[in-house]
Amino acid sequence: MLGEICKGLWLTLKHSFKNRVTVQYPDVKEEMPVGYRGLHKLLRWEDGLERCVGCKLCSAACPVDCIYVESEENDPEAPTSKGERYASIYEINELRCIFCGYCEEACPVGAVVLGNEYEFCQDDRGKFLYEKGDLLVERTEDHPELHARYDEKNLLTYV
Amino acid sequence: MVTLLIILGKVLVGFGGLLLLAAYMTWMERRVFALIQVRVGPNRVGPSGLLQPIADGIKLMFKETIIPAQADKVIYVLAPAVTLIPALAAFAVVPFGDSVTVLGQKVDLVLADINVGILYIFAMAGIGVYGIVLGSWASNSKYPLIGGLRSAAQLISYELSLGMSLLGVVMIAGTLSLKGIVEGQAGMPYIVLQPLGFLLFVVCMLAETNRAPFDLPEAESELTGGFHTEYSSMHFAVYSIAEYCSMITLSAVGATFFLGGWRGPLLPPVVWFLIKVLAFMFFFMWLRASTPRLRYDQLMGFGWKVLLPLSILNVILTAGAVVFIG
Repeated sequence: MLGEICKGLWLTLKHSFKNRVTVQYPDVKEEMPVGYRGLHKLLRWEDGLERCVGCKLCSAACPVDCIYVESEENDPEAPTSKGERYASIYEINELRCIFCGYCEEACPVGAVVLGNEYEFCQDDRGKFLYEKGDLLVERTEDHPELHARYDEKNLLTYV
Repeated sequence: MVTLLIILGKVLVGFGGLLLLAAYMTWMERRVFALIQVRVGPNRVGPSGLLQPIADGIKLMFKETIIPAQADKVIYVLAPAVTLIPALAAFAVVPFGDSVTVLGQKVDLVLADINVGILYIFAMAGIGVYGIVLGSWASNSKYPLIGGLRSAAQLISYELSLGMSLLGVVMIAGTLSLKGIVEGQAGMPYIVLQPLGFLLFVVCMLAETNRAPFDLPEAESELTGGFHTEYSSMHFAVYSIAEYCSMITLSAVGATFFLGGWRGPLLPPVVWFLIKVLAFMFFFMWLRASTPRLRYDQLMGFGWKVLLPLSILNVILTAGAVVFIG
């Protein structure tokens, strides 16, 4: 019996010299893996035009109806997107969202993607209603981690 | 007047230090556990989490005291104190350092050097059990009751072997005074002469302080919290401090009886004493992180059928050796 206890003690002693598994969370943040489904982003093309063409396919694909889109015709002089139309209103209720990723699968232009951001706590329910301005990125190139979210070959392009 | 001041100072330093050490043992236990479980442990409050025990203490003080409606209120409130006071008082006879000179007076670093020191410790440990049994009975709830019954049975069985395991040392030293026993280890610590006694003492010490693998009175997994299931706030804290105090006291007894007390080269005696006590404490924690809990019949069987005969054998062998060899 003593031998077995010593064996156990030796095992625990060996464990105490292993590298710690703890991540000191607020100080150290782990890189999210490719395919992590966090807060939504709306992307742009390289020339700065919005990818979203207001087709509402994401809204239709959404199993919990958390996406609301209204679309309008583009002004031919100064288009917002590369399609005929663009999303004049694009709202996602992040409290409803189950982060299934169907919206990004449905999107024909790779506009809406689920990003790596997971720290979006709010102190008010109303603040979880993200509008277009909250979701749209300035430059897609600044978010290389989002490139893995859509397949460039399968996108409808208007170029 | 000076003598009175010195006594007061010794009491404050001794018991204050003991309580502080007991509080910091919670921190040490959590860190040691984390170390073994490949975690980090408390490291947010103060450097390396060193202020954690203070934060915990403040938190517990502001917690609501919940007394069950069916509880025997007077005994329920008193029981934690009945555990804590003997645990503190038992430390009084443990010498934690050599004598020092304060204000022109020679002061022994022991609160009370009485000639029946070890008997006193056992008497105090015996009273400490009452706190657990009373608390569990007064809670008037099933888990504490089972925990209290286990505690009573366990402590009665293991106290015998605990006393017996120290008898060998007492016979060699020829005194019951802890100061005398430390003096007797000037040449070598008694662990060399009493290896079996030391082993028995460590096992009984674990059972006596309700520590894993003998933590059946608490047994979180089966009795939710054992005897302190119904306790909250400072009452709970007092129980837990009492547990750590009795651990420290018994570690100090072990260090005094087998490891030479405050004796050691180079470092000051108090530091050596602390090192030895902390080594015991570390072993307590290490063992808790490594061993599963015993089944109850195994616990009783082990106590009566293995430990007691072995400790009696140790006493007989030591007695023979003392008589025939010297």
